[in-house]
Parts: sequence; C-alpha cells; structure tokens
Amino acid sequence: MSDGYAIDVRNLSKRFGPKIAVDNISLQVARGEIFGFLGPNGSGKTTTIRMMCGLLNPDGGSGTCLGYDIIRDRELIKRHVGYMTQKFSFWEDLTIRENLDFVARMYDMPNRREAVDEAIQGLGLTDRAVQLAGALSGGWKQRLALAACMLHNPQLLLLDEPTAGVDPAARRDFWEELHRLSALGISVLVSTHYMDEAERCHKLAYIFNGKLLAHGSSREVVASQGLSSWAIHGENLSGLSEALRDQPGVEQTVLFGTALHVSGKDQELLERTLQTAVADRSLRLEKMDTTLEDVFIYLMSRSTPMDGDAS
Amino acid sequence: MMRLFLGFSVSRWWSIILKEFLQLRRDRLTFAMIIGIPIVQLTLFGYAINNDPKHMPTAIISADHSEITRTVIAAMKMSEYFEIIGELPDEEAGRSALAQGRVQFVLNIPPGFTRNVLRGERPALLLEADATDPTATAMALGAVTQIARSVSAKDLTGPLAHLAGGRDPFEVRVHRLYNPEGITRYNIVPGLMGVILTLMMVLMTGLAITRERERGTMENLLAMPVKPIEVMTGKIVPYIAIGLTQATIILLAALLLFRIPFAGSIIMLYCATLLFVAANLTVGITLSSLARNQLQAMQMTMFYFLPNMLLSGFMFPFQGMPQWAQCVGNLLPLTYFNRLIRGIFLKGNGFWDLWPNLWPLMIFTLVVMTIAIRFYRKTLD
Repeated sequence: MSDGYAIDVRNLSKRFGPKIAVDNISLQVARGEIFGFLGPNGSGKTTTIRMMCGLLNPDGGSGTCLGYDIIRDRELIKRHVGYMTQKFSFWEDLTIRENLDFVARMYDMPNRREAVDEAIQGLGLTDRAVQLAGALSGGWKQRLALAACMLHNPQLLLLDEPTAGVDPAARRDFWEELHRLSALGISVLVSTHYMDEAERCHKLAYIFNGKLLAHGSSREVVASQGLSSWAIHGENLSGLSEALRDQPGVEQTVLFGTALHVSGKDQELLERTLQTAVADRSLRLEKMDTTLEDVFIYLMSRSTPMDGDAS
Repeated sequence: MMRLFLGFSVSRWWSIILKEFLQLRRDRLTFAMIIGIPIVQLTLFGYAINNDPKHMPTAIISADHSEITRTVIAAMKMSEYFEIIGELPDEEAGRSALAQGRVQFVLNIPPGFTRNVLRGERPALLLEADATDPTATAMALGAVTQIARSVSAKDLTGPLAHLAGGRDPFEVRVHRLYNPEGITRYNIVPGLMGVILTLMMVLMTGLAITRERERGTMENLLAMPVKPIEVMTGKIVPYIAIGLTQATIILLAALLLFRIPFAGSIIMLYCATLLFVAANLTVGITLSSLARNQLQAMQMTMFYFLPNMLLSGFMFPFQGMPQWAQCVGNLLPLTYFNRLIRGIFLKGNGFWDLWPNLWPLMIFTLVVMTIAIRFYRKTLD
C-alpha cells in the first residue's frame, strides 16, 4: 500500500497523561513531494513528526516511512530519514567540521572524509570549518543542521520548524534548497508557521489540537472551506472590524494593516451586508480570493478552544 | 553608597522576592534540599557519628580458661569499648579476622596464664589492635589499663589478696597493627581516594548525560542509528579513564608527598579502583536518568555524597556507629572501598582478604546497572 508514498500513516494517536496530543491523524506524502505541516504551537506537529521517525511510540495507529514500519523498523527509518529538530540540536562546543564528522561516523559512512568536505564546501564554510557551531548565527546554524541531516543522503527529510527565527533572505535560500532536493526526488515534510512557506509546498496539512482539519494542495485547502472573501480599504478599519463582526453573513474579519479581510460562507448575504456597511463612507470594497491565512484563522476559530500545551 | 539606593522601589523589590519564592516552590528538588539537607546532616552528625566509638568487635584466642580469664573478658565487656564476638582457634585466624576488618581487636590469652598470675609472675595478655584508624582504637586502648585492676578487685581476694597489692597482677601488652604509630594521615589519605572518586564520578556522568538532554542534543542522538547501549557505554568510558587518572594522582601524592606506607599490590589497587569507579558510574547514570537538568543532577549527587562521606567509615570509625547507621553504611560502595583501599595500603591484603569487600561492590554495580538500564530512555516518551 505504501510503495508510492514516502510517508503513509494511518490513525496515529498519542497521549501524554490526560492530554491527547495527536488524535487519529492519517496522512500520505508522495515521493518527491514537499509537504507542509501547519498548525499553531502545541497542536501536535512535533509529536507527529517524532512518531514518524521512531522517537516516540504511538499509542494507536500504524504507518510506514519509505516503506518501513514506524514501530518495527525504527532502526531502518533512522538510517534513511533525515530529521531536523525544532531547536538547534548539534553540539555547540564542537566545531562545524567536528559536528559533521561525528554525524558521518554515526551513520557509518564509508567515504566519511569526502562527504564531510563536500558538505562543508556546499555550505560555503570552508574557511570557517574550525569555528565552534555555537558561534554561528541562527541562519547559519539552520543551514549547518540541514547539511548535517542531509549528510547520509536520506530519501526523506522531516524538518520541524526549520526556519523559526531565521531572517527572510536565509529563509528564501533555504526554500530554494528544499525545492532543489525535491527535484532530485527527495521527499520533505516540513512544519512551519509562515504562510509564504505554506504556499511553496506541494501539499499541506493543517492540524489543530491534535486533529487534522484540512489536507490537500493549497488551492484545495482554500476551496474546501467554501469561503468567499472581500477586502475593504480605507480609514478606521479597526472600528469597522468590530462593527461588522456580528453582522449577518460575516463569519470572520481579519485586519491586515491597510486592508480588512471579511469572509463568510454565504456569498450573497455577505455581499449585501458589506455593501450596506460601506455605503456612505469613503471605503473601497473589493472581491478577493480567500487566502490560505484566512482559511487557517477560520479553521482555528471553528475548532474547539485548545487546552494546555504539547508539542 | 547612597546612589545605590536612589529610586529604590519597595514594591518592585518585593515582587522580586515573591517571584523568587514562587519559583522555589515549583522546584521540588531544591525544596527537598532546603528541608532534607539539615535533617540528614542533623541525624548523621547528631546520632550516627561517634568520636568515642564503643562496642568494637573483639575476638578472643584463649589457651587458658579460668575464673580469672572470665573476669578479664567480663571486665572488657563492662568497659563498653569491647564487644566480644567469639573465640578464634589460633593466631592465624586472629590475623585474618583483623586483616579483613571483621574484628577491631584480638585478645590473646597465653597458656598457663592463670597459673602464672597465681604465682605472682605478672604474665602478659596480648591485645592486638587494628590501628588503621587511630580514632577507632585510641579510647579502647586507654580503657585497657582498668582491666587488670578490676580483676584484682574481684578475684584476688582472701588468701590471694597479697597478689592484689601494689602492682597489677598481670599486664596487657598492646600491639598496634598496620599503623603502629597511630598516624591519622595514614588512614585519611587512602580514604580520600574513594571520597574524591565518588564525588567526581557520580557528578561527571550525571552531568554528561543530563547535559545532552538539557541542550536538546539527546533528541538528535536518538534520531540517529546509534544504539542506546552505544550511547550509554560510549559516554561512560572516558570517565573510567578519568577516574583511573585521578586515582593515580592520589596514589602518587599518597606515596611521594604524604609518605603513606604501601604494603599491598598495585594491581589489586587498580582492580579495586576500577570496580569502584564502575559502581559510581552506574549511580551517576541512574541519577542522570532521573534528573531533568544539570542542576537536579548536581543536587542528587549531593544527596548521594553526604551519607557516603559520613557513614562509610571515612571520617568516623564505622564500628563505632549505631546499628542502623552501619546498616545504611553497608549499602554504600564507599564503605567497602575504604576497607579495600586501607587494606591494600596499610595491611597488605591479598585477594582473599579483600574478597569479603569486593563481592558487595560487584553486587552493588550489577543491581544499580540493572536499574540504570531500566530507567534509560530509548525514546523521548
């Protein structure tokens, strides 16, 4: 069943004490696909990823990564999957070269020296290879971490919020690298909070409170909620946002600086309400495509409020 | 100075104090230390430790049984310093009991002792003492002179009264073995080896493993194909090397700087040290599995170290402690190592004399290692 999939998990569940961190999640990632894993903090993304790479025992469900069973074939999964933790988890008191060399040894790589040299060159860090990893900036640490978990040529990458706290230029470079890897047939599952990154994924899953709420390409995810949206431009949008919130047809208002996004399921009712609202004011009303962000905010507000925190 | 207090806000200052208390309350282990350390210290120092150790185990080798020898033995018991634990057949058995530390004293009653007393020939009793730890024997040996006197008061009456007058009817010759001059340093310096190794080994392994967890690098290690047993043993081996290095430094200092006599075998010393290092490393690993961070690992080490230091016979004579404290002491690896190391240094013990203190260390290591493996987390669960 899993031959075509890099990841194929069914009904994964995990609880920590009374708290259900992951609730019956099933998802499939095709080979060579960049799969975006979205959801607020504590929604269960990290827990799901850890179960996929054998770091946590699922309480229920089953699945495969690269065709290996996530419970029985842990050792094989570890050999063929690259996992990048949310927090930088290489040794800050080792140099860049020592870190890479250690990782290469862990994977029993036969051509260790060349692989490490190549990775350092690829990073463009040849001159700084003797620097301590702890002295690197956030963006460099993240590049080093990616290089380290790519060292053993994994066919699947599991990246847990790799770009958190990284500047936009470094993020852009990082994503170009991911697309390059994907073109080589490497599958990537990446969790993120950034909408622009979500848009760059082939497929998305949105998880909240341990439940999978939406799943598909970004277009499919947007379409699945059946929202129509309008943008209002003008002055004092914050007051307008308050006023519109309880009006008929309005299900969500989100303020974006110079524009107010208003969304609702009933297109006609919403349009009538909005036309009335902007009638005798200097406001410009504009039909727009519902954005991914609108949909995610909508999904979150429609779900049960979250209790506690787990990741 | 005034500058420092300029603009001092009492309410701000008070909120710092409140915050500190809030955090202390959440930190269970620190809280336990605040309460636990004084209680432990008070109990140990107040009840367990005794600088006037009494009831030291004493064996009798008797070639003569009579009213007078019975009075001698009774008088020794009466002094409270000697606890007669039985008779031994011969000199050799006595020496081995002393070497293994099973007894502190051996009293030799020579043949014809009673006859010689009655003839007024002032015979001698031989009291052999394990003087490794001078404090353990000093008070008891001081009490010995009373014994002859009490014998004359009880048994040498009536027609024998003339023997009681003037000089004592017999003398007690004291033979201080292993540390004849009673030099405290001879006892303390070898003992320090175990104390230092306990602290360093437990602390360093504890920190080494919790550090990986605290910094998040453990997750990375677990995600790589390395086996848990490889991680665990791989992290331990450097500390075995460090332990042996430290032992060597202490050994050299003991021999060259402090001029401690060395009667035993260097090979036995290193074997015993290796075993002891292993015992402490297993403790360190177990603590590191329980501790959430490096601070907790450090606090747990303190809890472990304190009884080791006080109840192992390092600072105070083991046999002089009350029964319950000896029971606790019997669970601690340092107790056995102290006997081993002093035995090797001062008594020149061979393997079979050391064996009674070697096997408990082996059992301890195996038991704690089993616990460590049970607690070791292969996943992040």
